[in-house]
Amino acid sequence: MYKMIEAKINGITVEVKEGTTVMEAAKKVQIKIPTLCKHPDLPPSAACGLCIVKVKGSNKMFRACCTPIEDKMEITTNDPDIVEVRKTVLELILSNHPNDCLKCGRNSNCELQSMASDFGIREDVFKKFLRDIPQDSTTGTIVLDPTKCILCGRCIEVCQKGQDVWALSFLQRGMDTRISPAGDIKLSESPCVKCGQCSAHCPTGAIFEKDDTRLVWEALKNADKYCVIQIAPAVRVAIGEAFGVVGKNLTKKLYALFRRMGFKAVFDTNFGADVTIMEEAGEFVERLLHNKGELPLITSCCPAWVDFMEKFHSDMINHFSTCKSPHEIVGTLSKTYYAEKNGIDPAKIYMVSIMPCTAKKYEITRSGEMFASGFQDIDVTITTRELSRMIKQAGIDFLNLPDEEADGLLGEYSGAGVIFGATGGVMEAALRTAYNIVTGKELEDVNFIKTRGLESIKEAEIDIKGTKIRIAVAHGLSHVEEVLNRVRQAKKEGKELPYHFIEVMACPGGCVGGGGQPYNVTDALRLKRSSAIYQDDKDKELRCSHKNPYVKKLYKDFLGKPLGEKSHKLCHTEYKARPIYIR
Amino acid sequence: MKKDRLQADLEGLVKKWKSKKGNLIMILHSIENIYGYVPRDTSLKLSRLLDVPLARIYEVITFYNYFKLEPPGKHNVSVCMGTACYLRDASSLIEEVEKILHIKEGQTTKDSMFHFDVVRCLGCCGLAPVMMIDEKVYGKVKKNEVADILSKYVKEEE
Repeated sequence: MYKMIEAKINGITVEVKEGTTVMEAAKKVQIKIPTLCKHPDLPPSAACGLCIVKVKGSNKMFRACCTPIEDKMEITTNDPDIVEVRKTVLELILSNHPNDCLKCGRNSNCELQSMASDFGIREDVFKKFLRDIPQDSTTGTIVLDPTKCILCGRCIEVCQKGQDVWALSFLQRGMDTRISPAGDIKLSESPCVKCGQCSAHCPTGAIFEKDDTRLVWEALKNADKYCVIQIAPAVRVAIGEAFGVVGKNLTKKLYALFRRMGFKAVFDTNFGADVTIMEEAGEFVERLLHNKGELPLITSCCPAWVDFMEKFHSDMINHFSTCKSPHEIVGTLSKTYYAEKNGIDPAKIYMVSIMPCTAKKYEITRSGEMFASGFQDIDVTITTRELSRMIKQAGIDFLNLPDEEADGLLGEYSGAGVIFGATGGVMEAALRTAYNIVTGKELEDVNFIKTRGLESIKEAEIDIKGTKIRIAVAHGLSHVEEVLNRVRQAKKEGKELPYHFIEVMACPGGCVGGGGQPYNVTDALRLKRSSAIYQDDKDKELRCSHKNPYVKKLYKDFLGKPLGEKSHKLCHTEYKARPIYIR
Repeated sequence: MKKDRLQADLEGLVKKWKSKKGNLIMILHSIENIYGYVPRDTSLKLSRLLDVPLARIYEVITFYNYFKLEPPGKHNVSVCMGTACYLRDASSLIEEVEKILHIKEGQTTKDSMFHFDVVRCLGCCGLAPVMMIDEKVYGKVKKNEVADILSKYVKEEE
C-alpha cells in the first residue's frame, strides 16, 4: 500500500500517493505549472527553472517538477513574485535563443514560442548571447540546429536512455554547453538510427524533421511525372491532431485529399503490410517447420530498428526477416506491377510516401534492394508533420472532404494490414496468417490481445496445431537488448529457445508514437491513436492478409507464390553489420 | 610505436580500474598524464573495453578543463586575461596570436609546434599584458612584438 499524502495547493486540498511531485499533484486539481523541460514521457531534469513554486515556511522557491509533495505542505503556484521570476527565467533563456520564429521549423508549434506569448515577452531584456554552431542535416532525416537549443535535455534522455542509441550528448559546460554527437563529428557519422524521437520531444526548433515538401510540390507540377502516393497505417489516426481532431481515423478523407492535391493514384501502405505478412508469415513457417533459417524470426519493417540492429546487434542478422517493409513493397510494386497493369512507363512514376517516421527517409536509399524496380522505389518520404503543412498550404478544408476509396490494385487492405501501426500489430497480423498456413484452417478469434498495449516487453504463448509458439514484442529500443540477451543466453547454453518470433518497433507505442508524428505525444495519446487503429481492424470484414482479394490477385497475376523467385527479387532485402561510429 | 605503447597502456589501465567505481575518470586522468591529451581512437577503444558509450566519455572529457582532445604543441603559448592584462588590452595579443598561428584558443597548430591557451592571472600583474611561452614570461608585450617572440621558437627548430 502506498502512503497517502494530503497537502494544499493554492488553498485547494489535494490527496496523492507519496512520491508524487508537486507538478503532478497540481495537475490533479486543474493547476498547470509551466515547464519547458519536463515531458510526460521523461523523468524530470530540473533544467529550465520555469516551474518554481513557493512552499509555506521556506523562503526558497522550489522546482515543482522534481520536488516530491510532503504531508501538510502548503504550496503557492501563482502570485506576482512567481510570475516575475518565471518571466526573468524565460528572458534569460531567450537571451540565448535567436529571434528566428518566422523562419523556424517549429513556428506556431513551439513550446518556447507559446511560453513567450503566454508571458507577454515584448523585448530582449538581456543582451543576446547566441551560439554560432552550424546546422547538421547529414542524416537526411532530421536537422540538428544547436543554436536553438535551450538545453532542456529531453533529446538526450530519449536518445541515451529511451532508445539506448547514445548518438546525442551534452558536450562542454556552462555557456559553452551544446548538444552534439561525441566529438566534432556529424550525426551521419554517429550511432544515430534516425528514429526521430529527439525531434518529437524537442520543445523548440533545435531538432526537427528535414522538410522535403518542396520535392513533392515540384513533382506534382511536373507534367512528365505520374505522381502516386501511399500512407502508412499510423498517419491516418494522427494527422487529425494538426486540425484539432484527436484519435480519429481519417483514411478516406486522406484518399480524397490526395486526389485533390493532384495525385494520379492513391495507394495504401496497409496493402503492402498484407504482402509483407504473406512473405513474413511464410518465412516464419519455413523456419519453424522446415528448418530453413534460424529461429527466433525477428521482424524488420522498422527502419530505425534495422539500423540499430546493423550497428549494435549484427550477430542477429540471420534471425532477421529478409522481407522488406510494407512501404518499400508498395513502392516496388507501383513501378512494376501497377505500371505493367496500367501500361505506364515506370520511369515516369513518382512515388511519394507519407510516414509517421523520420527513419523512412533513410530507408528509401538504405541498400541496393530499395531500387528493385530498376528505379528508386520510393522517390520521397514525408512525415505526418510535413503532410499537415502541405494540407494547409494547399488550402483544402481537409476535415470536410467527402470520403473516397483508394485505388484497389495497391490500396485495398485487411484488418491485419492496418494494425502494423501499433506495437504488437505485426506479430498479431503474422500469427493470423501463419495459423492458416500451418493448419489450413481459419482462426475463430483473430484477436491476439496479449500483443497489444503499451507494456514495454510483451510475451505470449500461442498454440498452433499442438505446437507452442512463444513470442515477444518490444517497443522503444532500450527494451530490445533484454529480449535479445535471453536468446543469446539460450543459444550459448544450448537450451530451448525462449521465443520463436520477436517483433521490435523502435518508437514507444510503435509507429503511432513515431518520430515524425504530431507533437506533444503522451502514453494517453498513443493509446488513443492505437485504439483508432484497432477499431479500423475490427470494422473490416476481412481481417487476415491472406484473405485480401487484391493480395490474392497480386500473387496470381504477378508475383507467383510467396517466397518465390519474383517476390524474392522484389520484396526481400539483405542486411550487413555497420560501424557504430564512422570516425 | 607510440600507438602500440598506448594500446598496451590502455589495456593495463582498464585491467587496473575496471571493477572500481568512478573508473572512467581515473583512466582518462592516466591517459591525459601520459600523452597530454585523450586521442579519439583511444576513447573508442576505451568505450569498447569498459562498455561505456563514447558519448558518455566525451561528456566527461569536455566537461573538465583538465582533459584535452588535441595533442599538446611543442611549445605552450598562453596569453593572460586576468583583470590587469584585460585592462591593458590583452585581447589584442590574443587576436594577434590567433592570426599568426591560424588557430583559436585551445587549439594546436597543424605542425604541432604551438598550442595556444587563454589563461587567468599568471601572477605578475605589474608586467601586464603578459604572455608566456613554456616557462618563459614576456611582460608589457605590444601587439607588434608578438610575431618576433613567436618566430624565435620557430628559428630554434631550424
